[in-house]
Amino acid sequence: MRAPVNKIIDYSFVDGPGNRTAIFFQGCNYHCTYCHNPETIHMCNNCGACVETCPVGALSMKDGKVVWDEKLCCKCDTCLKTCPNLASPRVTLMTADEVFDRVKKNAPFIKGISTSGGECTLRKEFLIELFTKVREIGLTCLIDSNGSMDFSKNRDLLDVSDGVMLDVKSSDPQEYLEITGGDGNGILEKAKFLAALGKLTEVRTVCSPDFQSEKTVDEVSKALADYYRFGDIHYRIITYRQFGVRSPYREQIRISTAEEMEKLRKIAVDNGMQHVSVV
Amino acid sequence: MATIENIQESALEILKNKRLTHEQQMFNLAAVAQNSLPQAPGPYTDEFEALRVAGVLNDMGEGHYPYVARYIIPDYSKLMKNGSKFLRMDPPKTLYEAVYTLEIAYHNVPSVTHFPVYLGNWGEIFEPFCEGMTDEEIRTIMRGFLLHLDRTLGDSFVHANIGPEKTRVAGIILDLVAELQNAIPNMTLIYDPDITPDDFAEHCIATSLVSANPAFAYDPAYKKDFGKNPYAIASCYNGLPVCGGAFTLMRMNLNRVAEKAQSVDDFFNNVFPHCVEVMCGYMESRITFLVEEAAFFKSNWLVKEGLIDLDNFVGLFGIVGLAECVDVLMQYEGTNELFGKSDAADQMGVRVLDALKEFVERHTSKYSPITDHKFLLHAQVGLGESDTTPGTRIPIGREIPLYDHLRQAGLYHKYFPTGVGDIFPFEVTAKKNPGAILDIFKGAFNVGMRYISTYAEDSDLIRVTGYLVKKSELFAVHDGAQAINDMSLVGYNQVVVGHTLDRKVRSTDESAGQ
Repeated sequence: MRAPVNKIIDYSFVDGPGNRTAIFFQGCNYHCTYCHNPETIHMCNNCGACVETCPVGALSMKDGKVVWDEKLCCKCDTCLKTCPNLASPRVTLMTADEVFDRVKKNAPFIKGISTSGGECTLRKEFLIELFTKVREIGLTCLIDSNGSMDFSKNRDLLDVSDGVMLDVKSSDPQEYLEITGGDGNGILEKAKFLAALGKLTEVRTVCSPDFQSEKTVDEVSKALADYYRFGDIHYRIITYRQFGVRSPYREQIRISTAEEMEKLRKIAVDNGMQHVSVV
Repeated sequence: MATIENIQESALEILKNKRLTHEQQMFNLAAVAQNSLPQAPGPYTDEFEALRVAGVLNDMGEGHYPYVARYIIPDYSKLMKNGSKFLRMDPPKTLYEAVYTLEIAYHNVPSVTHFPVYLGNWGEIFEPFCEGMTDEEIRTIMRGFLLHLDRTLGDSFVHANIGPEKTRVAGIILDLVAELQNAIPNMTLIYDPDITPDDFAEHCIATSLVSANPAFAYDPAYKKDFGKNPYAIASCYNGLPVCGGAFTLMRMNLNRVAEKAQSVDDFFNNVFPHCVEVMCGYMESRITFLVEEAAFFKSNWLVKEGLIDLDNFVGLFGIVGLAECVDVLMQYEGTNELFGKSDAADQMGVRVLDALKEFVERHTSKYSPITDHKFLLHAQVGLGESDTTPGTRIPIGREIPLYDHLRQAGLYHKYFPTGVGDIFPFEVTAKKNPGAILDIFKGAFNVGMRYISTYAEDSDLIRVTGYLVKKSELFAVHDGAQAINDMSLVGYNQVVVGHTLDRKVRSTDESAGQ
């Protein structure tokens, strides 16, 4: 079985506890307005627009497909800016064994792996195969999920995972739909289900004065504060930043002040969350 | 040999130098007097001097006739237990007394720099005195202690240890180190993953990411080398026996040795073993003078009161420039493969160090029963040469991906019980996740490294080679200001010539790829 891998970061300090190898899959079932890597949303449709603009000739068309030559690539990201389709030509189809070999090489230096995207849970069977191998060599496996998966119906994946870092993009279903294009009903129930199993490693909410951030932070923290008896839950309240975000959202969404973020942090702490950071 | 005119000229130059503090002037004048003597005599002295002038060997600023052991590692536990007759001090009973007893002792512990290169294991020394005290009481005393040391012991090679146990006083010291932003002392955590709890190790990393201190020494590796004899980390990163130290450190520029050879065979069969023989022979002559004729081992209070013992002193055989040495040897082999960039070159490095170990062990010293009368290897950090990389490191500018780099460094650390190490600065996001850096350090020790340190890319305090400087002070001194820390003067050259500020900052972006 192969899955489209956008990139692998051998050491990441921001994808869960400790040092982790982070694996980013291509393809997402959401298309969030503030997505900071929108080139991971869709699969390449081989339109070839990027082949024309690549300044170093690292992209070519072969048999109707865009082919990427990693050795020639200078990582200037011109292709990503050119792509009309929120995709990337720099994607490799990899087997779980190929990803595992890379992880195994990093094993002495990492606590585990984190899988992200795109949306990694779209590659459920691949994850089960990869996580099973990775856990055999004593490393932990964390899932970074946009919140679309109902883990209560996917226990087989959860059983081989050490935890989930879950986005709660909004607690309001209408706003959730506007931000993500997806169905936000039951998102807090999904979080509580994971928390009760001690597998809610992290919850993340991206905040802006343009969102109902106070409401979301308030409701998330009220929902989860009682669950610390099952394990630590790190609530990361994230300041929306423009980096990587596509137009027109990039210019439209406002950035919170430090004071506004501090107010959100205080809401979470006052509601009983024990591990909160503002980033 | 210096003429009286040379000597007078050097002395006058020092008297008029506006950049030196009074103390620095005195030390420089002392060196002029010492170097008015010839090199310590012996069967290898002339040949050593010829190779020194050729840039192959180096006497490391020890001066011609030695009059003090280079590095001294006093057993401070004896001072705490017995007090000192010479210092006229009773054994301390409180933390306050312990602190000023040590301050008085430090003033009377000499070395090649005239400052104490080892201040003791503070976690162990101070903890018993802290019982019944509040954190705030301890903090007030330790704050004054640290300020006193930074402003009086003006040399970055002054070194304190903490660990492997987590102690309350060590935690308070770490917080103060982060707050005070001093280059002195250099600090090392003696780290044993089975003893040192992760939260304490992470506290040490978090402190390093704002103040470049402490570095990590992998206790199991040093314990394997030093056996039942207690050891400590002093000066740059030198592992040495407690209640002893190092007589002398001379240095070989491996790249110059390689350049002297005609071929790889000539290097391994003739030039290299001969240079090692000369350096060992000259070291033996220096040690003989120091032990048998100089006053130090006969009359110094540390000897008389048992804080050091002649039998626990060793000779340090230093090397630099393994990288460039290997590059030259690979060229002799007809390839341009570079140290750090090719397995064949890295294996050539192993071959050089295997040979070095064998050649150095051919020399049997009259002294040092603690090491079976053998000299120990030391990966020296450089003296500001532009084309010679410290110890066994990969040159700055040639760095390779992090995990590969750590594995490569791990090939060479086992040869150097008395000092080797590498430095990896990280991007600022690491500050939010010190546990991630601890994972990387644990991995480094797993793949053979024994000493590693870090600082954050935005830090004013940086580790130059093995010692710390404040960048702000370095540049102020370069612009003509005086500084108590002599390395703020000397370090500038190393920082510029050695491209310290260009050292690769490790960021997750670097590691991205398919």
